[in-house]
Amino acid sequence: MGEQIPAVKLRNVTKTFGSITANSKVSLEIYRGEILSLLGENGSGKTTLMNMLSGIYFPDEGEIFIHGKEVVIRSPKDAFDLGIGMIHQHFKLVDVLTAAENIVLGLKGKLDLKAASEKIRAICDAYGFEVDPNQKVYDMSVSQKQTVEIVKVLYRGADILILDEPTAVLTPQETDKLFAVLRNMKADGKSIIIITHKLQEVLDISDRVAVLRKGEYIGDMATGQADAQKLTDMMVGRSVALNIQRPDAVDPKPRIEVKGLTVHSADGILKLDNVSFTANSGEILGVAGISGCGQKELLEAIAGLQPVDGGSIRFVSDDGTREELVGKDPLSIADMGVTLSFVPEDRLGMGLVGNMDLAGNMMLRSFRSGHSPFADRKGPHKLAEEVVEELEVVTPSIETPVRRLSGGNVQKVLVGREIASSPTVLLTAYAVRGLDINSSYTIYDLINRQKAAGVAVIYVGEDLDVLLELCDRILVLCGGKVSGIVSGRDADKREVGLMMTKLGGSADE
Amino acid sequence: MNNKTHTPLFHISKRGALPWYAAWAIRGGALILALLLCALVTTLVTGQNPIDVYITIFKGSFGSSRRAWVLFQNIAILLCVSLAVTPAFKMRFWNIGGEGQMLAGGLATAACMILLGGKLPGWLLIVIMVAASILAGAVWGGIPAVFKARWNTNETLFTLMMNYIATQLVAFFIIVWEVPKGAGQIGIINQSSEAGWLPVIGGQKYLLNITVAAVVCVAMHIYLSYTKHGYEISVVGESENTARYVGIKVERVIVRTMLLSGAVCGIAGMLLVAGTEHTLTTTITSGRGFTAVMVSWLAKFNPFMMIFTSFLIVFMERGAGQIATDYGLSQSFADILTGIILFCIIGSEFFITYQINFRHGAAKED
Repeated sequence: MGEQIPAVKLRNVTKTFGSITANSKVSLEIYRGEILSLLGENGSGKTTLMNMLSGIYFPDEGEIFIHGKEVVIRSPKDAFDLGIGMIHQHFKLVDVLTAAENIVLGLKGKLDLKAASEKIRAICDAYGFEVDPNQKVYDMSVSQKQTVEIVKVLYRGADILILDEPTAVLTPQETDKLFAVLRNMKADGKSIIIITHKLQEVLDISDRVAVLRKGEYIGDMATGQADAQKLTDMMVGRSVALNIQRPDAVDPKPRIEVKGLTVHSADGILKLDNVSFTANSGEILGVAGISGCGQKELLEAIAGLQPVDGGSIRFVSDDGTREELVGKDPLSIADMGVTLSFVPEDRLGMGLVGNMDLAGNMMLRSFRSGHSPFADRKGPHKLAEEVVEELEVVTPSIETPVRRLSGGNVQKVLVGREIASSPTVLLTAYAVRGLDINSSYTIYDLINRQKAAGVAVIYVGEDLDVLLELCDRILVLCGGKVSGIVSGRDADKREVGLMMTKLGGSADE
Repeated sequence: MNNKTHTPLFHISKRGALPWYAAWAIRGGALILALLLCALVTTLVTGQNPIDVYITIFKGSFGSSRRAWVLFQNIAILLCVSLAVTPAFKMRFWNIGGEGQMLAGGLATAACMILLGGKLPGWLLIVIMVAASILAGAVWGGIPAVFKARWNTNETLFTLMMNYIATQLVAFFIIVWEVPKGAGQIGIINQSSEAGWLPVIGGQKYLLNITVAAVVCVAMHIYLSYTKHGYEISVVGESENTARYVGIKVERVIVRTMLLSGAVCGIAGMLLVAGTEHTLTTTITSGRGFTAVMVSWLAKFNPFMMIFTSFLIVFMERGAGQIATDYGLSQSFADILTGIILFCIIGSEFFITYQINFRHGAAKED
């Protein structure tokens, strides 16, 4: 036949969840020794499709062929037997076990950790991983945990690997390392599928890109022929401008002064160590850092949600008077007349109530108003309607529980509510995490509008490219300490990446 | 794995939102299935004609007007306790101490009746009884709440333990107040003077209890759905983090809600002692504090739905007693029937949330 048999071939695969069609007649092929990027906006069905390949969901219709043979994948075990391994976004490791123990967990046969360690070492040597089989998972960094996950599926003999947004939690340096490993695996004849929506990475690593949109297969192209603009247009279905605007800062004046802020987490771990900086009005201050380096604690301390062990956080009014925020809870901060809006990282777990409808969530900020024992429901209902209209929130109705909305729409609801109170300070944590390109640009635009209105914006982000394009200044955190503050206009990505991993000075914890 | 892999016989997937009538059709179907199953079990196990058994069950509740009033009285008390525990459940505070809180309210009521009966005008005595029962129930519910709020103790264990303490307290006071000495029971309190007995309204002994339960039902619905407090309860229940984030004082909401929950349980205890039984025993609550958990959950915390769920449970209980006497069947047999019905009704919720797709999808149309 002359044609190579694809390692994986999906034909007309359809999956519905109730009235929602997650995948509609998707056909896709991947060959041996190939890295395929699966690209698509949120809710375009990438993960659903891959979950069917790895046995988590069962397709409603369609066929799957592995190495040319039709197969039925009913469970993750079936998938493993066929050599398919998926590395999920959220790692599935047991913290108190070692790397080797996690890797052999659930396998049949005698438990021989020594032999397992040797096999693990062999795999690591073959592809260039660095794993200590005897290290406990709780001692590992995110990137090390990911490595363990990859080794785990290789150990089980997978030759088709699926990685769901593998770089979301990695620094640029760690990403480079991961990509080097993936290239080694490719050279070894493995088939690799990467789910992602970072365009630059798609172009860096993959041989071929397949694009999904709204559950449908749009097309594929060799990466050589693709560029960011082309791929975006395919994903979104129309042409999108890919530049983030950065208007000049509007009359910046100190608004929040943080001095020597020190915070321990509930279990006594030092999270912020002597952090000092000033956030100005009419300016976006970016906060960069590897995840878990104190970003969350920093924002929560300012918002009055995190007990502070030392230092001060002062709010500077327009007339120059300073008021201490440390030791106050969100209610007393609001009572001081400081309108502080906070878009937390955990949207449904902290910013919103998933089971409540849009109007109920709008009420969170306003329900206390008035002296009547009854809560005003009309005002929030109207606000919900306004937010839906202005931010183009896609929802069946105002009465829909927000957890039913897609990630981007959930975020629009949250951001919409937070800026509705015309804040003087806006704190955002990973405001575009998990959002598709369109929604992300809507959020950038909203943040820029707040900046133009003279709001002091603190933007905690993970995508360095975005931070460098959007922010006026960037505060880099490393292990809870300030590694430096750079100007967003002339900082270099590599330099910021280095500052994230290495503090300019002491190297201790 | 052998070479022949088959598509699984069926697989389960999540449904979209069902229209309300379809959901109710499924629930109705479950009830019919339950009755058929019960009929089958009845015939197989006892050889009785299931239709006769059903008629007997129905007679147990509606056979005479007295039975009907007893039915409604039982529903009223159960409803009252179910409504009482509901705010706590909405807050995800697993108050299984309804028994203890009722007993505390009942004990306070009995104490007032015994110690103050005849010394105060009747209306004043009743006012004091109401206040005392509310206070006692609130204290019994408030103690675990304070510990939960302060030290994050486990409320399930705590409220459960409080039940035992309440039972033992009642046992102790029964000996203190026993009539006659050595009888080990209190007997009817103030039998001749009827001091502290709740007044009979409309010529019906139980009408007052039923009215109170109905008022509590409406009030609880308004409280949970329309007030700021009710809103705070929902937010705390869904996510304490969100509650803190918007400045709700979670600890205060927990304590306040449990005071309310306990207070309403106390009222239920008062109704039981002063309105129905006119005595106090350690088993006076007959497990209603626990049954209420089921009533509340089955109704998905909707006060009006609880009227139906408490009806269902009391109806089956009454019917159970009736078949026990009429057929000489054990009371347990009726419990089996209740079990089958509850199993089907609770199980039907699964089919409302999920659908089953069979291999040769004849049911492909959607």
